[in-house]
Amino acid sequence: MFYRLAGIRHTSYTADRALWPVPVDRVQIAVLLLLALVAPFVLPNLYLTSYLLPWIIWSTAALGLNLLMGWAGQIHLGYAAVMAIGAYGAIHLVRAGVPFEIAIILGGFLSAAIGLVFGFAALRVKGLYLAISTLAMQYLVDWIISHVEAISGGSQATLQAPAFRVFGIPIADDRARYYVALAVCLMVTAFMLNVGRTSFGRALAAVREKDFAAAVIGVNPYRFKLLAFWCSSFLGGIAGAVLAFCYYRAVTPEQFDLDVSIQAVAMVIVGGMASVIGSFLGAALVLLAPIVLNNLVDALAHALGLSLSADVISHIPLILYGGLIIGFLLIEPLGLAKVYDNLRNYFLVWPFRHARR
Amino acid sequence: MSYLAELAINGALVGLMYALTALGIVLVFKTSGVANLAQGALAMVGGYVMWWFAAALGAPLWLAIPLSLVVMFGVGRGIERVALRRMVGQPVIMIIMLTLGVEILLRGAAPALWGAVVKRLDIGIAQRPIVLGDILINRAYFWGGLVALLLIGLSLLFFTSRQGVVLRAVADDQAASWAVGIRVERAIGLSWGLAGVAAACAGILWGSVQGVDWTLSLLLIKALAVAILGGLDSIGGVLVAGIAVGVLENVIPGYVDPLVGGGTRDLVAATVILLTILVRPFGLFGREDIERV
Repeated sequence: MFYRLAGIRHTSYTADRALWPVPVDRVQIAVLLLLALVAPFVLPNLYLTSYLLPWIIWSTAALGLNLLMGWAGQIHLGYAAVMAIGAYGAIHLVRAGVPFEIAIILGGFLSAAIGLVFGFAALRVKGLYLAISTLAMQYLVDWIISHVEAISGGSQATLQAPAFRVFGIPIADDRARYYVALAVCLMVTAFMLNVGRTSFGRALAAVREKDFAAAVIGVNPYRFKLLAFWCSSFLGGIAGAVLAFCYYRAVTPEQFDLDVSIQAVAMVIVGGMASVIGSFLGAALVLLAPIVLNNLVDALAHALGLSLSADVISHIPLILYGGLIIGFLLIEPLGLAKVYDNLRNYFLVWPFRHARR
Repeated sequence: MSYLAELAINGALVGLMYALTALGIVLVFKTSGVANLAQGALAMVGGYVMWWFAAALGAPLWLAIPLSLVVMFGVGRGIERVALRRMVGQPVIMIIMLTLGVEILLRGAAPALWGAVVKRLDIGIAQRPIVLGDILINRAYFWGGLVALLLIGLSLLFFTSRQGVVLRAVADDQAASWAVGIRVERAIGLSWGLAGVAAACAGILWGSVQGVDWTLSLLLIKALAVAILGGLDSIGGVLVAGIAVGVLENVIPGYVDPLVGGGTRDLVAATVILLTILVRPFGLFGREDIERV
């Protein structure tokens, strides 16, 4: 009913290759975009800075990781380390007087360069061994960042993000920071929406399905694995820099430790591999579910007159991550994106189920 | 010289305890080809369960230790039955994430259930060190290493028993084992149960050294280093690699830490993993048929 397919005829190649051929999808995107743009003016500041802002930044990061895990089929358990490199790189560059727009891109390039080293492990091993070697690299990068004083300023130090301006406009309040994060998120989303339609995206998919089959049809698996690591690390570095500048406004090594890597992987898996909307949904669920559940448990404990110990409450997020990962892998391995897809397919033919297309 | 010897001996004993944790990873990988990244959390749960029996319920040691081993056998089998059996045939990335999910879940659930403060676990080992000439050996490490050695030896012997032959058959070829009437699922369940037992032993021994809390699950990265260096499907390799990693992890910080300002201990395991994977991905004693790119 909503998703009317009648009258959609693919008469030209351009129309056939449209991102959203169904009109209601276009309306939906426009409405969401509009909501995202007016959100700072209608939402209370608390919701803006502690829910919406981290959500869009983490979605950006999840999209970057999804390029590697979903599209290219490589495992990366050290994504937080890559983000940390971007964050530290960008902050040091801005402190040295480089303009923010350039610093954030240079931070991305720095991440990409070091992320490529992670990629070289992927040339030799895959699957389990790749997972463990990226895990080991996460430890190495963490250690180097926290122990080299030129980077972190000492093992317990916090680097404040300096004031910055974008295209000459000083970014001073929460709204401005939100718009910066939103702009980056939109650019990355636009890239990811289109990557599956390029030769690059198709080559990644070929490598994901079977690397030597890809080699047989003329796709160099080495080259595209490294490119996947390069691109995804670049996006991760930019997301890390935005996270440091717009959300934390400071950077410490603990913001990017192993648990954060696992959280990022959880976002991709819960959201759905190789899905753009899945990255957004996964980031939302992984970030927001612990908060919601904490409040729920609190309210429940109050209502029932139980007194839960602080230990229980502080461990709910961990239990929930674990539970979400296990639950999704067992029940819906394709993640929230598949749930959304099922819903959409249901409504596609809604009042006339017998007329399944 | 005696400084080096002291570091090396204590390191080797600690390494034996790492090897015990790694034993679980190797057993599971050998039989089912699944990477068991929940081993660290299993060790932690083992420590907690032991503490619960011994300190909270007041069971004597001779009862508490076997009881917690039995419970952990059940936990290991339970994980296999509930989670992993349904994942057969899924891509390896999914299975790795599933065991990581179990690790995270247990790491949250155990402290939530039993409390997050560090618990003292007393298994009757005196605090004072053993003095050998001018070398001091930590008594807890000594007994821990001895028990670990014994258990790894036992598991080597176990592979000559009837059940052990079944496990070896399953490790060699699952479909062929099925064809000759071996219940493959049960064999894999058994390997997970044994992994739980190995983890519990490691958790109890290590917990008696440093106390029981969530940091016990950090044994995972050391155990992974041991398992990778020794070869993911070699039990003898675990023994050699455990001692090697333990010695390196004690000797390197002993000499390098004063130069770089500390903290190199955490780095040794990660470096061992990376170097092994880059130079010899199948480890010292592993089979060489690991899928290469």
